[in-house]
Amino acid sequence: MNIIVCVKQVPATNEVKMNKETNTIIREGIEAIINPFDTYAIEEGVRIKEKTGGKTTVLSMGIPSVADLLKETLAVGIDEAVLLSDRTFAGADSLATSYALSKGIEHIGDYDLIVCGKQAMDGDTAQVGPGLAEKLGIPHTTYVRKIEEINDKYIRCQRMTEDGYDIIEMPLPAVITVVKEINEPRLPSLKGMMRAKRAVVTVLTAKDIGADSDLCGLKGSPTQVVKTFVPVHDVQSEMIEGEPEEQAEKLAKKLLSMQFNTSDSTEVI
Amino acid sequence: MASIKIIKDKCVGCKLCVGSCPFGAIEMVDKKAVILENCTLCSICVESCKFDAIDFQKDEVSNAVDISLYKGVWIFAEQKNGEPESISYELLGVGRKLADDLKTSLFAIIIGDEIENATKKLIAYGADKVIMVEDKSLNYYNDESYTDIFVQLIKENNPEIILLGATAYGRSLAPKIASRINTGLTADCTKLEIDLEDGKLLQTRPAFGGNLMATIICPKHRPQMATVRHKVMKELEPDEKRLGEVIRPNVNIPTDLKIKVKDVVSTITESVSLTEADVIVSGGRGMGDPKNFELISELANVLGGAVGASRATVDAGWIGYSHQVGQTGQTVGPKVYFACGISGAIQHIAGMSSSDTIIAINKNPDAPIFKVATFGIVGDVLEILPLLIKEFKKA
Amino acid sequence: MNYYLTEEQQMIKELAAKIADEKVKPVAIKYDEEGTFPHDIVKILADSDLCGVYISEEYGGFGGGIFEMALVVEELSRACGGIALSFAASGLGAFPIILYGTKEHKEKYLPQIASGAKLAAFGLTEANAGSDAAGIQTTAVLDGDEYILNGTKQWITNGGEADIYTVIACTNRAKGARGFSAFIVEKGTPGFSFGKKENKMGIRASVTSELVFEDCRIPKENLLSKPGMGFIVAMKTLDRTRPGVAAQALGIAQGAFDEALKYSGERVQFDKPISSFQAIQHMLADMAIQIEAARCLVYQTCKLVDSGAKSISKESAMSKVFASDTAMKVTIDAVQVMGGYGYMKEYPVEKMMRDAKITQIYEGTNQIQRNVIALELIKEQKSGKKVN
Ligand SMILES: Cc1cc2nc3c(=O)[nH]c(=O)nc-3n(C[C@H](O)[C@H](O)[C@H](O)COP(=O)(O)OP(=O)(O)OC[C@H]3O[C@@H](n4cnc5c(N)ncnc54)[C@H](O)[C@@H]3O)c2cc1C
Ligand SMILES: Cc1cc2nc3c(=O)[nH]c(=O)nc-3n(C[C@H](O)[C@H](O)[C@H](O)COP(=O)(O)OP(=O)(O)OC[C@H]3O[C@@H](n4cnc5c(N)ncnc54)[C@H](O)[C@@H]3O)c2cc1C
Ligand SMILES: Cc1cc2nc3c(=O)[nH]c(=O)nc-3n(C[C@H](O)[C@H](O)[C@H](O)COP(=O)(O)OP(=O)(O)OC[C@H]3O[C@@H](n4cnc5c(N)ncnc54)[C@H](O)[C@@H]3O)c2cc1C
Ligand code: SF4
Ligand code: SF4
Repeated sequence: MNIIVCVKQVPATNEVKMNKETNTIIREGIEAIINPFDTYAIEEGVRIKEKTGGKTTVLSMGIPSVADLLKETLAVGIDEAVLLSDRTFAGADSLATSYALSKGIEHIGDYDLIVCGKQAMDGDTAQVGPGLAEKLGIPHTTYVRKIEEINDKYIRCQRMTEDGYDIIEMPLPAVITVVKEINEPRLPSLKGMMRAKRAVVTVLTAKDIGADSDLCGLKGSPTQVVKTFVPVHDVQSEMIEGEPEEQAEKLAKKLLSMQFNTSDSTEVI
Repeated sequence: MASIKIIKDKCVGCKLCVGSCPFGAIEMVDKKAVILENCTLCSICVESCKFDAIDFQKDEVSNAVDISLYKGVWIFAEQKNGEPESISYELLGVGRKLADDLKTSLFAIIIGDEIENATKKLIAYGADKVIMVEDKSLNYYNDESYTDIFVQLIKENNPEIILLGATAYGRSLAPKIASRINTGLTADCTKLEIDLEDGKLLQTRPAFGGNLMATIICPKHRPQMATVRHKVMKELEPDEKRLGEVIRPNVNIPTDLKIKVKDVVSTITESVSLTEADVIVSGGRGMGDPKNFELISELANVLGGAVGASRATVDAGWIGYSHQVGQTGQTVGPKVYFACGISGAIQHIAGMSSSDTIIAINKNPDAPIFKVATFGIVGDVLEILPLLIKEFKKA
Repeated sequence: MNYYLTEEQQMIKELAAKIADEKVKPVAIKYDEEGTFPHDIVKILADSDLCGVYISEEYGGFGGGIFEMALVVEELSRACGGIALSFAASGLGAFPIILYGTKEHKEKYLPQIASGAKLAAFGLTEANAGSDAAGIQTTAVLDGDEYILNGTKQWITNGGEADIYTVIACTNRAKGARGFSAFIVEKGTPGFSFGKKENKMGIRASVTSELVFEDCRIPKENLLSKPGMGFIVAMKTLDRTRPGVAAQALGIAQGAFDEALKYSGERVQFDKPISSFQAIQHMLADMAIQIEAARCLVYQTCKLVDSGAKSISKESAMSKVFASDTAMKVTIDAVQVMGGYGYMKEYPVEKMMRDAKITQIYEGTNQIQRNVIALELIKEQKSGKKVN
């Protein structure tokens, strides 16, 4: 079974500090890492391949230096790495990203399953997986927490929902996006690391994959960011003092005086 | 091609832009800003420069549509067993305001089986019209059939705005639709407004795990689509007397689906699910021991609430992942949130900061959780919780 | 300090550090309290290929030497000296085979050790033969194609968990230490069983047991080197692996120092972080100086050993003595810097202090090592050879 895992490079921390005087964000020494959710996608891809045979390929769209990160995935069992890198792709929203990745996948060809992370730590939209499936004209299931069965014909998996899970069956090829419950990613092995060091990442441009530049990058992105700001939490905190008994009593009073109903949760406040 | 560059003559070297770039793609060289190759052309920095020294050349978006042809605000009414989910009412709440600002109608789209009853409720909660597609096969949410039907409806009616819940289903359905009809989709919005000058939808959403807010528009494509975070928008007071129209359009119900929903399983054992709950009692590593989580469940029970947890406790195997609140867990927004022995790491706060009232119990007075707390108690949770349980049992 | 590690060594260190931080640290306290063997971590180490760093590529290893082994031991010991020992003691059991095994021995045993599929152990010490290893009483008698072993080894690390044992036994009582021979004994051999599992002060994740031989018959091909070479096999092996114990001590010291340094910045007394008090600052500085000095000596000794140099006893002893004394001092100071918190089991330094102690005792106590060093010095002085 041939599996393509989509991975995105993200800044290692998504912490944003505010400079109070200038009202701007302070960011220093930002290291780039593989989107944490994508490490579960990689692990799942490798596990399926170990069971069924075939090949695993990681695919990413990003700046040239992403190639080094992709090499790391070869140390944990991925067979090949492909990077779509071209200024034409820059500024893509999730639609343009889905399009570019779909062209990359068609270029790689001969795939049975595409695995994405649940969402990227920076953009946080969770839209690329489903968007990509649609561009490829194949079915998808999001938030997969377990694969119950997979063979040449179909996959049956558990999709996580707010109050449990659905069991979904769909024919291959298909796209799944995975949540962290699905597995525990392995650590690299020494031999894997050696192999990764020597590996070559295939870098492709928009032209190489036959992508229409009108549909890529900023040009192909219907959404536009017009403003950004750092949220301020201006809560008024009240510390409740006293001996534990007093504290509990005072707090209960306060909540109850906010018409906090203790018996019927639908009627609160 | 789109490009970004620093106009050297205008740049005074104030470094404001450096801090604004979330990707660390601006550096100072010889007291002038320089854009590095890892710039993603996200355009966030442009505004940060008070000297107009950042020249951002944007491409015209291709394949623009005639936006005047699109009318009406739509919301997708999620339902379960014929009963609208609370997110549907929240969407109606915000949708009502948008439709009024645009002087247009508010439509609720409901797909399912035996949903007749739900249509009345949707009208009571603010819908002018309900488009209802009913069929036995639509009983359970299915990405394939729901997308097919929704797209047929869009093509037939050309709405200008579509809102869906940022729920497990909404976050799957919305991007599939947007990708099929090639329009923009803003994820996880926490604020939606109409720009009264040009009628555009201003969509504000958290990114970077809640650390940065971005306002996003979709200027040249229609419909403007957004998913909306649960528990953020306020629902309207229901008005049983409101009048509205129920439309049963003629659509093709797809058969022979590739995607088959084999089963729908509920695993949350408490009476209330985390995202639905009005009260959530969450425990962190400060509970000390998985056994002590019984105190958490007990308080939750007394208050008719649900049990939440920090990642530290989930990772330690004290409680299942479905209880995790935070950036990589559930985003919740209950009326009252108890954080018991939780330090208040930013990743945790990202998932619960929109709660109306936050109560923090922690033995460390400097724990960051107190910064977001409405009420704080410095003390030992193991001592405070039993007392609280007693107090609420009395009430 | 930059030690100019090769790219491969850097990689080994990074990988071991990752395992230490992500996998070992979270379970260190648990294994210490339970005193159980860390099978899950051993599996992780096996999957990481690190078990073969000191075994040649020919036998499925990575082709490194003691230095590579020491780098792994150091990193793992930062998180847990006990878990690191399971790895290091396997090396101690493997080295006699690496150094003295026949091609057949190597083909049979080394790949299994390199892959981590099997652990090894080394059995020398007995109840009445500790520092005085020449006093061992376990015997091996040749009977046709087999040796028959009788006797009991004491305090053998990995005893019961390992599959491959190198055991020193007496084949000719009359010849004293020159009458010892070294053997490979496989777990499961009839007549070979395990005695009591010890309840220890520290390194509690590591298992220490008796090896009991009762008319245990092993094929005579399992003899390592020649009859009568057993003592030499043991001493040469220990000379080579001693920097491994030194690395364990170094890692423990580093782990304790890291905790103390971090804590000193967080703990506020008299409205200031305690790291602002000079008394604490000097303690931290002294700890750092000793650790770095130990590291220089340990790494350099490893390089000397790996160079194939003949005379290494003195240097190897020095590295072990210095690093283990450093570990003891640094862990005691780390507890001191952290005050009462340092003394509590919720914080890892009290465990590190207990763990550090063993490094002054096993693979030759520090007194014995000083004897060795002094004797070498005197010998060198007499022979007019280098003293550098
Ligand atoms: C502040 C901010 C807000 C934004 N808001 C929106 C918005 O509301 N709507 C919108 O359409 N765009 C938005 N974007 C743009 C969006 O971040 C990019 O489109 C991005 O390329 C993909 O979206 P994502 O990061 O949300 O990925 P997600 O959709 O969250 O990623 C899901 C999975 O898709 C795969 N994937 C995603 N990107 C790549 C890639 N480049 N290469 C390989 N695999 C990948 C990975 O497997 C990943 O785990 C925003 C960007 C910023 C900086
Ligand atoms: C990429 C990423 C994603 C993450 N996602 C999430 C997420 O979704 N959700 C999440 O929760 N975390 C998340 N985290 C982890 C987060 O950074 C914190 O590590 C975690 O939230 C800490 O959990 P905690 O507050 O329970 O534990 P700690 O930080 O250890 O806090 C325990 C608290 O309990 C207090 N305490 C101890 N004993 C008592 C007592 N007897 N009485 C009262 N108080 C006591 C202590 O003072 C302390 O403040 C994420 C981290 C990363 C890097
Ligand atoms: C946890 C643990 C694991 C071990 N693992 C192994 C193993 O895997 N394989 C193995 O073969 N052995 C192992 N040993 C045994 C270890 O090597 C011995 O304990 C060590 O060599 C010291 O011997 P002893 O304990 O009998 O001390 P003793 O020899 O009885 O020494 C007692 C004290 O007398 C001092 N002393 C003795 N002789 C002299 C002298 N001539 N001059 C000055 N001082 C002297 C010593 O320094 C010490 O302070 C292990 C021991 C322990 C505790
Ligand atoms: S904010 Fe503008 S003026 Fe200041 S350094 Fe950046 S580009 Fe130059
Ligand atoms: S456009 Fe975005 S990525 Fe590029 S420099 Fe500006 S803020 Fe950074």
